[in-house]
Amino acid sequence: MQNDNLVEIEQLAFGYGARSILTSINLTAKRGQVVAIMGSSGCGKTTLLRLIGGQLRPSQGVVRVAGETVGELDQAGLYRLRRKMGMLFQFGALFTDMSVFDNVAFQLREHTDLPEDAIHDLVLMKLHAVGLRGAAQLMPAELSGGMARRVALARAIALEPMLVMYDEPFAGLDPISLGVTGNLIRRLTDTLGLTSIVVTHDVHESLKIVDYIYFISEGVIVAEGTADEMRASGLPFVHQFVHGEADGPVPFHYPAPSYADDLKLGGQGA
Amino acid sequence: MLKQAIENLGNRTIQGVWRIGFASRFFLAMLLHSGTAFRRFGLTIREMYFSGVLSLIIILVSGLFVGMVLGLQGYETLQRFGSESALGTLVALSLVRELGPVLAGLLFASRAGSAITAEIGLMKATEQLSAMEMMAVDPIARVVAPRFWAGVISMPLLAALFSAMGIFGGYLVGVKLIGVDEGTFWSQMQSSVDFQQDIINGVIKSVVFGVAVTTIALFEGYDAPPTAEGVSGATTRTVVTSSLAVLALDFVLTAFMFRGLD
Repeated sequence: MQNDNLVEIEQLAFGYGARSILTSINLTAKRGQVVAIMGSSGCGKTTLLRLIGGQLRPSQGVVRVAGETVGELDQAGLYRLRRKMGMLFQFGALFTDMSVFDNVAFQLREHTDLPEDAIHDLVLMKLHAVGLRGAAQLMPAELSGGMARRVALARAIALEPMLVMYDEPFAGLDPISLGVTGNLIRRLTDTLGLTSIVVTHDVHESLKIVDYIYFISEGVIVAEGTADEMRASGLPFVHQFVHGEADGPVPFHYPAPSYADDLKLGGQGA
Repeated sequence: MLKQAIENLGNRTIQGVWRIGFASRFFLAMLLHSGTAFRRFGLTIREMYFSGVLSLIIILVSGLFVGMVLGLQGYETLQRFGSESALGTLVALSLVRELGPVLAGLLFASRAGSAITAEIGLMKATEQLSAMEMMAVDPIARVVAPRFWAGVISMPLLAALFSAMGIFGGYLVGVKLIGVDEGTFWSQMQSSVDFQQDIINGVIKSVVFGVAVTTIALFEGYDAPPTAEGVSGATTRTVVTSSLAVLALDFVLTAFMFRGLD
């Protein structure tokens, strides 16, 4: 029987040198789910995606994708696994010297021997799915931020992967593009039978589309649950995050000596 | 104070050694992953257009002017000894042995090398290389190696064109303008330029310069910090380092090639 969990992370730790980024992360993504990883900027969310994709190796613990332990694969094994993964980078990371069409066709040309007319049809189908069939001949520089990300999404699903990872898919989008992108992630996950992992700090858009949420703060998972559970959560961090409050467990002020000392008011009281 | 200075020196030395090691590994990886550059030669041809063909204007114009100056200065000096008939020899030998490969190498470094560094550095900064890796395509094989071989193939061709234009420039000034005898100009050149000794050695030099300049340019781009300052700093370093490398290598190669020649 096939394992229900596509991605399993157990006791994962990672750091650069002495600086620890993530500690004892446990996370699973079931097949067909949209899983969100949320947390404030710089808390290690993107690092987690790179660990799943095998661009970084964990210092401790295991990352398993489709039953394979990512950290132990050699380059050939990793590349074999990555053909079944798609990744959407924060700003799309489209190849700027190629047209939209060639960007989406890139993996088909690199990894398959399909004839050019088959590639043509496949690319237009992917572009149609993200609503940009008409933009096939444009260059990336001619696209808006939201369009570029949709093209990148079409490129990420070109080889019909089993897992798609999104790095901040909602950052810097206008409300319309935001809704479009959110819907696309949900719809593509359902129609193509994908599993999606979305790294984001956009609470409102993601609570609408995700099945399960992990909150990360300072390198550890502080809360997890479904969207409704998170909305109702009494945990101070989750509450602050979901309601966007300026001060709370995550302080407004960067750590500093006392205000009075900084203003040289020492001795007179603040 | 002194301790700090020694620590800094040590840190820099270690970092320098690290970088050399990293660059050597990069060079080896590039050679090992060169299969794609030849199997899909179209990729390499495309890069030859960008680094070779687009450098043609600056190479040809510079070659012409350098040759014209050689013609003027050469005539000026030679006629004092009554040996202006050796003008063809002087122009041809200086260009084929030294000026052709060296100046073409320097121009190639500033025209094509800087462009390569900026392009690769920006591809890295905008996560294009990372995206390629995630699509299971090795950026060293797909992006770096074709540019390397394109540079190595283009460089001798550019140096040859530089020398040819230079000789034409020397001919224009020496024969057409000043009036050195045309027959003497060409026949002296023909009899004194040796294919093995001069032409082949010049070609070897330009191939070595091509390897050095493109390797430095690619490495600097690949190693650039993914920020605006990072890429601009890397581009500057490419031009400085590869120009110095061309001049230093030229001295070493000349010492080996032309040792003990009369």
